[in-house]
Amino acid sequence: MSFIKRGVYDLQETTLLTARAFGGVLRRPRYVRETIKQMDIIGVGSLTIILLTGFFTGGVLTIQTYPTLAYYGQQKQTGYLVAISLIRELGPVLTALMVTGRVGSAITAELGSMKVSEQIDAMRALGTDPIKKLVTPRMFALLLTLPMLTVIADVVGICGGGAAATTIYGLPFGTFFSAVRDGITSSDIIGGVIKPIVFAIIIGSIACYKGLNTDGGTVGVGRNTTSSVVTSSIIVIVADFFLAKLLQVIFGSSVPK
Amino acid sequence: MDSAVTQDLHAPRTLDLRVSEDAAESTFAEVDDLNRAIPAIEFRDVHLAFDDRKILDGLSFKVMKGETKLILGGSGCGKSTTIKLVLGLLKPDSGQIFVDGEDITHYNEAQMRRVRQKIGMIFQEGALFDSLSVYDNVAFKLHEKGVPEEEVEQEVVRMLRFVNLEHAIDKMPSELSGGMRRRVGIARALVGGPKIVMFDEPTAGLDPPTARTICELAMKLRDLEDVSSIFVTHEMNNLSYLSSEYAVVNEMGDVVYEPEGERLCLINTKVLMMRDGQVIFSGTDEKLRKAEDTYIQKFLRGH
Repeated sequence: MSFIKRGVYDLQETTLLTARAFGGVLRRPRYVRETIKQMDIIGVGSLTIILLTGFFTGGVLTIQTYPTLAYYGQQKQTGYLVAISLIRELGPVLTALMVTGRVGSAITAELGSMKVSEQIDAMRALGTDPIKKLVTPRMFALLLTLPMLTVIADVVGICGGGAAATTIYGLPFGTFFSAVRDGITSSDIIGGVIKPIVFAIIIGSIACYKGLNTDGGTVGVGRNTTSSVVTSSIIVIVADFFLAKLLQVIFGSSVPK
Repeated sequence: MDSAVTQDLHAPRTLDLRVSEDAAESTFAEVDDLNRAIPAIEFRDVHLAFDDRKILDGLSFKVMKGETKLILGGSGCGKSTTIKLVLGLLKPDSGQIFVDGEDITHYNEAQMRRVRQKIGMIFQEGALFDSLSVYDNVAFKLHEKGVPEEEVEQEVVRMLRFVNLEHAIDKMPSELSGGMRRRVGIARALVGGPKIVMFDEPTAGLDPPTARTICELAMKLRDLEDVSSIFVTHEMNNLSYLSSEYAVVNEMGDVVYEPEGERLCLINTKVLMMRDGQVIFSGTDEKLRKAEDTYIQKFLRGH
């Protein structure tokens, strides 16, 4: 199949997989325990990496913006700039990319190994729907934990930014935080939560689709895991562009009052 | 709650002799029950190709109720594909497939799930879930159905005794040898007492005594439990065991394996030989050994 044909086919199958995963979700059997277990693995497991990413990204944002703002005499607005960058863009995108690398690869590798060792066929032969048992819990777990992780990244990032502003540039904490509080609107926060929801669906569906369609033994597992992370990352970044524009249209681009 | 179900796991091994009600009757009864005339599995002119390679080319055969169909053939002739088609894991390009008289050719996953309840499948490499212990693997079907834990434990222990692996009940698949994994796979497939069982090269790579145990198991299922089965293999020992011995419960209540000998009991085993996706022989093992086809002779003797 040509490259374009392959791409469209994958898109079709991934969409069908997602529809099937969410379709019968209220019908029995409901795998609640598996979902909670996945939330622990995905959410709690990614916490450390998100805390570190968030904190240092906030810090570096301060470093990059303070000098320019100071040039225009607007250094009091550092808090606002750091917060808006994090909440609108860097929080959602960086969290999504970190989670893709950590969780997306794990899901694809696990499902892929199960596929090549015939465990998926065995599951079907024993009367269980592998999509309900394997895909739905993982997608739900991502859907619930990615927004939470993003919010944590934002909060930790703002703290990191504040810490950098205080220690490196001597900007008082209070000034930093009042700029944050005054500048951030509810539409920023809502937008900052809509993005992770979309990203969660992207990451989950690609990781599960690539995993369940692995063939070629161990080589295939490695190849599909890599391809899953790469494809997820690219689609997340492209989707981010369109989402940013869409959110601007819906909420209007705000400027500091 | 029936509390008489407590099992003493350290009691001396006793064979489980729960013989199903239909077993004794079916082997010797007249075929006057219309249901017996419906084949357990039937393939009608099935074709299947992957990309350019034709795997099955007009495959047709029937497996009657209570019959064991031995499918012989070289590697790559379509044996495993045939089994996957019965389970609906693959769909044919053309032709029809019947399970217990039901046309499953175009069934979707939900409809197949109901049909699969009656079928047990034993995969070539065992295909155990490696994140679950042996106990959880064998109990899988019952756990999914939500069966109470005491019943589950009872059934799992019974199945593991069947395959002589009671001691491995809490181990993980990665700690077992290949042969043990295969036997756990058999235990897992037989939970729930399916009436149609499929063995995909179950003795490949096992030592002769273990291979013999697995054939004895297949004989028990055929003769005492009225199970219809497909037994894919290319080992001639299995052919000998399954076509010349039958399982019977003697006066003391033990299961013994009697050779066919002069008793002239019609052992319910037929042989199917496949080559390049087509049937090149179908019939009894005596006819097979007398066949004049050079390929068949070479296959039987190895040279």
